[in-house]
Amino acid sequence: MVARPVPPATDPIEPAASTPITILVNGERRAGVLGQTVAGIMLAADTLTWRTSPVGGRPRGAFCGIGVCFDCLVVVNGQRDVRACQRRARDGDVVEFEGPSQSEGE
Amino acid sequence: MKVLIIGAGIVGAACARSLARRGATVTVIDRGAPAGATSAAGEGNLLVSDKAPGAELDLARYSLGLWASLRTELAAETNGAFASFEYQPKGGVVAASGEAAAAALSRFAEAQRRAGVDARPLSVQEARALEPELAASITSAVHYPEDAQVQPAIATEALLASARAAGARVLAHTTLTGPLRDGAGRLVGVTTSNGPLEADAVLVAAGPWSGEVARTLGATLAVGPRKGLLLVTARMPQRIWHKVYDTSYVGAVQSDERDLATSTVVESTASGTVLIGSSRQDVGFDGTIDVAVLAEIARKAIALMPFLAEATVIRAYGGFRPFSRDHLPVIGADPDLDGLWYATGHEGAGIGLAPGTAELLAAAMLGEPTAMSLDPFAPGRPSLREVA
Amino acid sequence: MSEVVIIGAGPAGLAAALSASAFGARVVVLDAADDVGGQYWRHLPPERPSNHESLLHHGWATFQRMREALAADPNCTVVSSAHVWAIDRGAVHVLVGEADGSDRESRVYRPDALVLATGAFDRTLPVPGWDLPGVFTAGGAQALAKGERVAVGERVVVAGAGPFLLAVAASVVATGASVVGVYEASRATRLVRHWAARPWELAATPAKARELVGYAAVLVRHRIAYVAGHAVTAIEGRDRVESVTVSALDGSWRPIKGSERQLEADAVCLGHGFTPRLELAIAAGCRLSDRRFVEVDAEQRTSVASVFAAGEITGIGGVDLALAEGAIAGHVAAGGGIVDPALRVEVARRRVLRRFARRLARAHVIGENWATWLSDETIVCRCEDVSVADLAAARSATRSSGLRSLKLVSRAGLGPCQGRVCGRTVEALLSARAPEGRLGGASTDRRPIAMPIRLGELARDHEIEAGIPVKGQG
Ligand SMILES: Cc1cc2nc3c(=O)[nH]c(=O)nc-3n(C[C@H](O)[C@H](O)[C@H](O)COP(=O)(O)OP(=O)(O)OC[C@H]3O[C@@H](n4cnc5c(N)ncnc54)[C@H](O)[C@@H]3O)c2cc1C
Ligand SMILES: Cc1cc2nc3c(=O)[nH]c(=O)nc-3n(C[C@H](O)[C@H](O)[C@H](O)COP(=O)(O)OP(=O)(O)OC[C@H]3O[C@@H](n4cnc5c(N)ncnc54)[C@H](O)[C@@H]3O)c2cc1C
Ligand code: FES
Repeated sequence: MVARPVPPATDPIEPAASTPITILVNGERRAGVLGQTVAGIMLAADTLTWRTSPVGGRPRGAFCGIGVCFDCLVVVNGQRDVRACQRRARDGDVVEFEGPSQSEGE
Repeated sequence: MKVLIIGAGIVGAACARSLARRGATVTVIDRGAPAGATSAAGEGNLLVSDKAPGAELDLARYSLGLWASLRTELAAETNGAFASFEYQPKGGVVAASGEAAAAALSRFAEAQRRAGVDARPLSVQEARALEPELAASITSAVHYPEDAQVQPAIATEALLASARAAGARVLAHTTLTGPLRDGAGRLVGVTTSNGPLEADAVLVAAGPWSGEVARTLGATLAVGPRKGLLLVTARMPQRIWHKVYDTSYVGAVQSDERDLATSTVVESTASGTVLIGSSRQDVGFDGTIDVAVLAEIARKAIALMPFLAEATVIRAYGGFRPFSRDHLPVIGADPDLDGLWYATGHEGAGIGLAPGTAELLAAAMLGEPTAMSLDPFAPGRPSLREVA
Repeated sequence: MSEVVIIGAGPAGLAAALSASAFGARVVVLDAADDVGGQYWRHLPPERPSNHESLLHHGWATFQRMREALAADPNCTVVSSAHVWAIDRGAVHVLVGEADGSDRESRVYRPDALVLATGAFDRTLPVPGWDLPGVFTAGGAQALAKGERVAVGERVVVAGAGPFLLAVAASVVATGASVVGVYEASRATRLVRHWAARPWELAATPAKARELVGYAAVLVRHRIAYVAGHAVTAIEGRDRVESVTVSALDGSWRPIKGSERQLEADAVCLGHGFTPRLELAIAAGCRLSDRRFVEVDAEQRTSVASVFAAGEITGIGGVDLALAEGAIAGHVAAGGGIVDPALRVEVARRRVLRRFARRLARAHVIGENWATWLSDETIVCRCEDVSVADLAAARSATRSSGLRSLKLVSRAGLGPCQGRVCGRTVEALLSARAPEGRLGGASTDRRPIAMPIRLGELARDHEIEAGIPVKGQG
């Protein structure tokens, strides 16, 4: 595990109790706590990639963390183009990765 | 023959290519960078569908044929540098809702058919087979297989690169400042911010600024700006397959002196974004991106294709269509000032009409026969000259 | 009572709100985030309470004080999750609701005075491999540490330029990750020349000095190397970061051949300074300075009547300068004057802090030869996968010096981030090749749609009537 949550037990800020939630990511259950963003839940599970770039198919995930780069777009409850780093997760959210967009060519 | 072209938009670029390939010595000047004004600020629809029978339709059909061959020609002429300018002969679908609109559309298409346009009436089911996302309110539609699109900025650069390969010279950041005249008062070139440039013929292809440029050269031309705005969405999986329009342009919406109209064009581009247009406003060169106008464009697009309500808009942009008083392009020699020519005033169709305009203009300037008559586009025509 | 709308609830916006209200204005503060604080005081959401969150922050007490004062102030309304997506002739168009939602409430404000305090975001120069997962902006890694309590990696490299790297390293360490090293591109001689010049200026900004000393102490305690004159010049890995190449740089940021070292790492934080968030200021019509910040006068007025600006959009200067500028902007926006005694302290602080900021900017200015570490395949525009070679090809095919056309031909900057990440870089790479180093036609800062909006939301924004006859479809 590389990217990970700061373990509450040893975190010097002494987190108080939080509310567990579960979201579905591409059909897989992911545990988190209320107040985390979708990107926060992904990174806490060491998932760094949830999108591929439209032309080169390169892996993308969170980059700027503050809503500026749009690298982190996901589909949340059927809605495309949601910045995972800006959207607070709610219990039961259904998150899917954005499929490849079209390329009609000529 | 030495030709000086003012304006490196798509019209100037196409003219430069046509002239240079006929052996003329061509210089193009632009006060900014090439393909930096109107030709990079609109859509690239190459349409017959929106044109009533007449000279503009004839020019559009002639041009469409040229665009089809440019696809391979420009790739060869630019040594593969412009292997693509996103030419897509995808056809258009015009959808009407309500009886009145359907009847107007059907009459319009019938007249076009008589003029030789491939305009196929569609039942609602047939329309939906072509465009499954059309609104439930649609009552009839017409399919125009000849409609096509290009990416206009790339197309402009490709035409310009081809012109360069044929010997044309392009001077960016060079602003026209006035005429150069000989002792007899004949126009023998222009002065610019970078010095004088001599020429046997001066061609104004300055888009919506053509009226201003003509004035600078001592002539009069009734061409000015008509603002247009567009929306761009994020990339999305393809759900729109043709160019899709509503019938706002069919049959005149009554003129009641207000300053805004929109007519809907929705199309997906080669990159996966959807372009949603567009508005028309007579507000001079005021480039404000008006939220109220964007909202109106959005409403009409959703009325045509409801799924678009969920689409993510990432940008709005727009420009100024070069608008002539009688809505026809201006192609040919100035009736009063010897040595001055025009290729402008194409309003919302300059991308589509550029190659035809260029071929006709080049032939006329060099004294060759033209593929169709230029009379309807003559700069001296009464409908353009008379004071409004 | 005049109404003042403030966009941005970072340090500048918060200070502006309090001082505008103190002068008697009715104040509305709009921020896209779901709580106040901005970038500097980015914190955990209320659903994740803790006992000592202050440990992650500097000036936390100041923030708490401001936040409480604001909440208690009957003349101030804070609207969080307020996404300002357009400014059109003085009207501020806002969507209120969750980020990138589709059913948000649409509001329009037409205030007597507007204060723009939209802040800045990381400027990140591309490096081969910088688009690998595991690479974050420096600010991003910090935001994840403070706002999510997530460690971006196990072995983390921090690199780029500016004192902010120290803050990032400290935040990353506080997640329990180990920081392999902090690589500052500017060389030590340059740093010393600008930092040590006129030390009394540094002494006059005690808070900033204390903060920097604090970060330095963290580095020492954790035995983290701070290496000046070095940069991460390549990032390697298959699907994620596995290692980085660190090189020594000359004074122009050109990597010195033979100095490369490969280090194992699983995350990289890159930051080479900050870019102001200018889109709303541009939409409002505000003039920019040559250095591409919002131009303001002594009263924090922009070139547009009744529009003020404060904080990082007027120049990068850190939290204390943002606070001082915000206080001045709010006071004047509410109808006060710069000579009012209430502003005496703030005006004096602003003077000192601006000098300090100029010094920092000079110490960490981006070296002119940084691009020599790029390879042809390096991605410049992450959204549209436009590489260095693609940009060069667009440039040579068109021979253009026009930014608009080059963007449209290469697609650089046309994706969802709208050039926020790559814009300045694209301009730099293209203008280096343009005749006279000039790029005409457009700026990558213009974004009339300041935040994405659903077409359906846009359709609900306004009612207007139809008009002139339409001819044709183009
Ligand atoms: C919103 C919108 C949508 C559109 N959609 C379509 C469409 O779908 N299909 C279609 O066919 N058309 C469309 N158009 C119209 C089309 O874009 C124009 O008709 C066309 O681009 C005009 O090209 P141009 O070369 O005449 O003008 P421009 O591209 O404007 O070129 C003129 C050039 O002249 C230069 N110039 C001006 N003054 C001077 C001076 N004093 N000295 C030197 N240089 C000068 C300018 O810098 C400019 O580069 C649309 C237009 C808009 C605004
Ligand atoms: C991720 C990050 C971390 C940083 N950490 C530090 C640090 O630890 N130490 C340090 O000295 N400096 C840090 N900085 C620099 C920081 O920008 C300043 O020190 C300080 O936060 C500037 O204050 P400000 O009020 O000007 O802007 P900000 O704090 O950036 O506040 C601007 C606010 O405006 C809002 N906003 C912007 N556009 C819109 C819009 N269209 N609609 C609605 N709201 C909008 C944003 O949501 C934000 O809350 C950081 C910067 C970033 C980007
Ligand atoms: S990580 Fe950049 S927008 Fe979410």
